[in-house]
Amino acid sequence: MDYFLELFLGGLTRGSIYALIALGYTMVYGIIELINFAHGEIYMIGAFTALIVISVLTMMGMNTLAILVIAGVIAVIYSSAYGYTVEKIAYKPLRNAPRLSALISAIGMSLFLQNYVLLAQTSDFLPFPNLIPDFEFMEPYAHIIGSTDIVIVITTAIVMIILTFLIKFTRIGKAMRATSQDKTMAMLTGVDVDRVISVTFIVGSATAAIGGVLIASHVGMINFYVGFIAGIKAFVAAVLGGIGSIPGAVLGSFVLGWTESFATGYISSDYEDVFAFLILVFILIFRPAGILGRSERHRV
Amino acid sequence: MFLTFPIMVIRVNPIEKIIEWRWNNLILVGAGSFLISMVWRYMIERKDYGTRKAEAGEKSDQPPLIQRVMKDKRIYTPFLIIVALFACIFPFVFSMYQTNILITALIYVMLGLGLNIVVGLAGLLDLGYVAFYAVGAYTYALLNYHFGLTFWMVLPIGAGMGTLFGILLGFPVLRLRGDYLAIVTLGFGEIIRLILENWNEFSFGPSGIAQISRPSFLGMDMSVHGAIIYMYYIMIALCLFTIFFVNRLQDSRIGRAWIALREDETACQAMGIDKAKTKLTAFALGATWAGMGGVLFAAKTTFVNPASFTIWESIIILCIVVLGGMGSIVGVIVGALILILLPEYLRAFSEYRMLAFGILLVITMVFRPGGIVSDVRRIYQFKGTAETKS
Repeated sequence: MDYFLELFLGGLTRGSIYALIALGYTMVYGIIELINFAHGEIYMIGAFTALIVISVLTMMGMNTLAILVIAGVIAVIYSSAYGYTVEKIAYKPLRNAPRLSALISAIGMSLFLQNYVLLAQTSDFLPFPNLIPDFEFMEPYAHIIGSTDIVIVITTAIVMIILTFLIKFTRIGKAMRATSQDKTMAMLTGVDVDRVISVTFIVGSATAAIGGVLIASHVGMINFYVGFIAGIKAFVAAVLGGIGSIPGAVLGSFVLGWTESFATGYISSDYEDVFAFLILVFILIFRPAGILGRSERHRV
Repeated sequence: MFLTFPIMVIRVNPIEKIIEWRWNNLILVGAGSFLISMVWRYMIERKDYGTRKAEAGEKSDQPPLIQRVMKDKRIYTPFLIIVALFACIFPFVFSMYQTNILITALIYVMLGLGLNIVVGLAGLLDLGYVAFYAVGAYTYALLNYHFGLTFWMVLPIGAGMGTLFGILLGFPVLRLRGDYLAIVTLGFGEIIRLILENWNEFSFGPSGIAQISRPSFLGMDMSVHGAIIYMYYIMIALCLFTIFFVNRLQDSRIGRAWIALREDETACQAMGIDKAKTKLTAFALGATWAGMGGVLFAAKTTFVNPASFTIWESIIILCIVVLGGMGSIVGVIVGALILILLPEYLRAFSEYRMLAFGILLVITMVFRPGGIVSDVRRIYQFKGTAETKS
């Protein structure tokens, strides 16, 4: 039972992180119907920025909690800036081009960012310090769930709530929903579509950065390649829940997290990634719109 | 565009474990991004200007040089003959090393042409192309290892295996639209690689299979030197076959159906084209070529392991197709030769290869969706005429 619980909670943690990344995918897809392949890279850059900031601040001798907060904030700012820039360079000129072009451009961007970090930094795995303190009240449960996991799950929950609030109740959220429904109509009613898209990219990148920092401190090391696999898995999660739908992305992420956790726990850890892709294939065969997605009509 | 400027500058002060400020990098990147942003803006403006001119109905004054060359029999035929002659004598004039590189390039030409069917003609973005390549290579490696089958026997089998896997994968993903397809194929490519890596009893795991026999000529044993030259001619022949085949295919009923499918699915269905069947054919045919390429690859290197079949291989092939000009045969050939030969001769910059590929993909898509600059301009134009004809 303990083992089951451990796997369950491990899945929850994984799921939370996938959810943070999947949100970015889903939001971008909801608005411009493009898979942002570079999203995983943004997340990786977030983790790297955090690592750099942490190293600098540790050298200067600050206390850990302050470092964590500052690193988190800077990572978010940087990732957002990157998200914004990527959108401006690789996607904006292709807004009216065929879909395939934008997709290929996205892959190119992802490739570029990955190698950029590889060349500017290193190809080795870098140790990422675990800065989240062990809580005392967690002691009795330490064999089942670490305090890092708790922090991850709670942070995810907070981000979700903020995001829901942002989309449901603010002006820009309203504009986002309008744009995702009908771009032309939104433009006609005075929504600055370009700005909405930029904001979407920024928000998506910010959540990805939070995910990056959290998972880096959870796993304990990063390299330039982490973004790619995580990105693909988060995408699987987004598709699983129905791409374009925010609650769907979260649900899909948890489903994926649990599946991976149980499959690796009970079957074999060699094929961890295979399970993720198998789920994707099955979902696409039997329910292409995803768990919560609406089935789409093909417009001419 | 100036917004990127501060980001780039502050971005590159990397700290590895020990803090290491690289201020000189900072200046370089600063200057570089400034220049790039200038060029970028200029290019965007030029592009906008170009589209505006096109909208105004002005035609460009005269067809570009290369297109005239392609049309003019008097120049075109001798040119072709020279290329053919050059190809024939190549292994005797140049060193073994050069020939080997050219063989690799020719394999990529084949792969590129195969992927061109899927991406260029049918407009299905396939990111797991390398999976079929791996299937072909492992088919040969395993059959050769266990049963001692020769190259010529396995070549059709490898192609068949490619087709089989193409159909297997194509079946579930047929109903998906472009973006889903990209991810599923990517996932499939990874699955194949992971299986090859982890299923030790079957594929010998990460260590791979060595000592695969080279193709033999009428059962004769040949020196390594002879074998390479022989391999080279096999490649040339197969490439010619591929070019011929794809060329015929393009103008056939099914080829036109693919192009129609790429342009507009709904309209295409309304014209009575069976969407599922057409897509499946494209997929299976593309996979067939990858399977063949895989057999050739195994025969050339005499060694296979899963590390040769990563996602990056797929992306390089995609680069070839995109850069050369999607849907154009000459474009793909030129693209493959450029992308494979250039890095070989610019070994010093090999670490920047993938970086450059990434940039190239973006730039190609933004500025010249039909293929890029000087060399490829001809393909772009060539493609234009080909399309107006069909």
